[in-house]
Amino acid sequence: MSAALKVTRPGLFDTLQDFGRIGFMALGMPTAGAMDRVGLRLANALCGNPAGMAGLEIGVMGPDLLVEADSVRIALVGPLSPALLEAPDAPPKPLEADRTHLLKRGQVLKVGMIEGASTAYLAVAGGFALPAFMGSLSTYARAGVGGFQGRKLAQGDCLPLAREQALPGDERKLGQPFDYGSGPIRIVWGPQDDHFSVRGRRTFTEAEYRVSKEADRMGIRFEGPTIEHAVSVDKGGADIISDGIGPGAIQVPGAGLPIVLLADRQTVGGYPKIATVASVDLPRLGRLLPGQTVRFAPVTVEEAERLRRDQEARIERTVAGFVAARPPGGIDLVRLYEENLIDGIVYERDHASR
Amino acid sequence: MLAGPRGQAILADVSVRYLSCGDTAFTVEFGNEISPEINGRVMALHAAIGRATGAGGLPGVVETVPTMRSLMVSYDPLATSRARLEPEIDALIARGLPAGGASRHVSIPCCYDDPEFAPDLAEVAKRTKKTTEQVIAAHLASPFKVYVLGFMPGLAYVAGLDQALYLPRRSQPRVRLPRSSVAIAMDMTTIYPFESPGGWHLIGRTPLWMFDQRREQPVFLAPGDWLSFQRIDRKNFDRIARAVEAGTFDWATLVQDA
Repeated sequence: MSAALKVTRPGLFDTLQDFGRIGFMALGMPTAGAMDRVGLRLANALCGNPAGMAGLEIGVMGPDLLVEADSVRIALVGPLSPALLEAPDAPPKPLEADRTHLLKRGQVLKVGMIEGASTAYLAVAGGFALPAFMGSLSTYARAGVGGFQGRKLAQGDCLPLAREQALPGDERKLGQPFDYGSGPIRIVWGPQDDHFSVRGRRTFTEAEYRVSKEADRMGIRFEGPTIEHAVSVDKGGADIISDGIGPGAIQVPGAGLPIVLLADRQTVGGYPKIATVASVDLPRLGRLLPGQTVRFAPVTVEEAERLRRDQEARIERTVAGFVAARPPGGIDLVRLYEENLIDGIVYERDHASR
Repeated sequence: MLAGPRGQAILADVSVRYLSCGDTAFTVEFGNEISPEINGRVMALHAAIGRATGAGGLPGVVETVPTMRSLMVSYDPLATSRARLEPEIDALIARGLPAGGASRHVSIPCCYDDPEFAPDLAEVAKRTKKTTEQVIAAHLASPFKVYVLGFMPGLAYVAGLDQALYLPRRSQPRVRLPRSSVAIAMDMTTIYPFESPGGWHLIGRTPLWMFDQRREQPVFLAPGDWLSFQRIDRKNFDRIARAVEAGTFDWATLVQDA
């Protein structure tokens, strides 16, 4: 029997994502990919996977997954509340996030709710055994491509695993949680900031904007004060000849409210884009929930590039700072309870040899 | 504009605007109008950057997105920077871009005869003061060119429709129209790659799928393609549709390199 994780209860919007389908925007193909590339990357790093391997992006509420493999090592990254592990003959056990866990055949991982954010990640060591489409496993549900059958996970889906069983090794966890930052969302003016009046640009950077209910992988519609176009909307002030849409582009249609375009955004569009979210803060956008508020603060392209390099260095330090997920002294209580309920005794050397 | 080798126009005197798209992309804007000349420059730079990256140049450039009048260049800010790339793009333009370049001619079979396929044909004829046969003939004779793909994977904006067929979009867009519908609006035609909403006038249907994920190259059309329609009857439509559905259709028969 081949190894798999079986969805016994689907979550709200769980899709497989990697770093996106790169190189086909000229054919109208959106890149898709992880909404929070930092979260996916940390989950992969915990598992020992390449940074951009496809993992499961959890949207708001995660699935229940039955382990149909001898064993599988997973990493959960994100503010989960917390996940539960159920086994046929044992009480449910809470599982911490931001670390790896070794799961055994017959156990059910209940990922559960995310708290205070929209997005979390589950990576499996070795990855999923699914075919890439146009070079990527990222799910783009609007065209039904990538990931698992081109869609979010549903009841009964069996996600095939690349490894029949987990490799030996210790569980690992983040030394400290990754700091996504908390100030205003950094933006770079353009490409069409000149389509807005001075007053409109001031409104955009001085007001607070709230995430509306219309927020998904394609983008986030914000609520707040309207942004004035330079030329009145009935004279075409909200129309441009369509041009390319980069990640984090903030388009402002005639109604004057900003829409930040994210992973599943279309490749070209005809609304003026007042600004673009600096890539350092895209993971924050990818985690926002309806009702949360943000402010936008301009930086230059050079500053945005430097912020991104700094963030990269912080991610690398976080990865270098992973620690073994067991208490000082060497005994892993989780394993102790999992594996030694019959004997009741465990020796240090048993763990050292694993 | 200078004359280049083999009489090709070389675009060395082109002035462009660089527009910021954050720290992962910028747009090179060649003008603020829709014209074959401007789009030719866009496509020439798209091709030149493709050649340069293909030969290992322009490290950090990820991909380029051509539209009617501009080219978006996306890059990895961890591998390069805007300050490094902009002069390199300037140099590519200054060196001269061969206008035009290799483009394909693609022939699209289209059935105009079935009222189910062409629900708006009679209305288009009435509003343009033509017979339905004259509308079909004008569509068949139009020198179409693919300018942009977008909105959904494989959806091509194809300009060059005979001016006599110029109509604005429908005031009431359809909520659902069938895959492979052939439609017109303004000076353009398009072929819907998926069942989708749409506000254009439906005048026929092709048995081809503009997007088929089973194909190695799932998107059939590409920016820069020349395109014409070939009229087929319902019988031929059904025959080709069966082959397309089965994945046995030979797409290469539709393409000629110009």
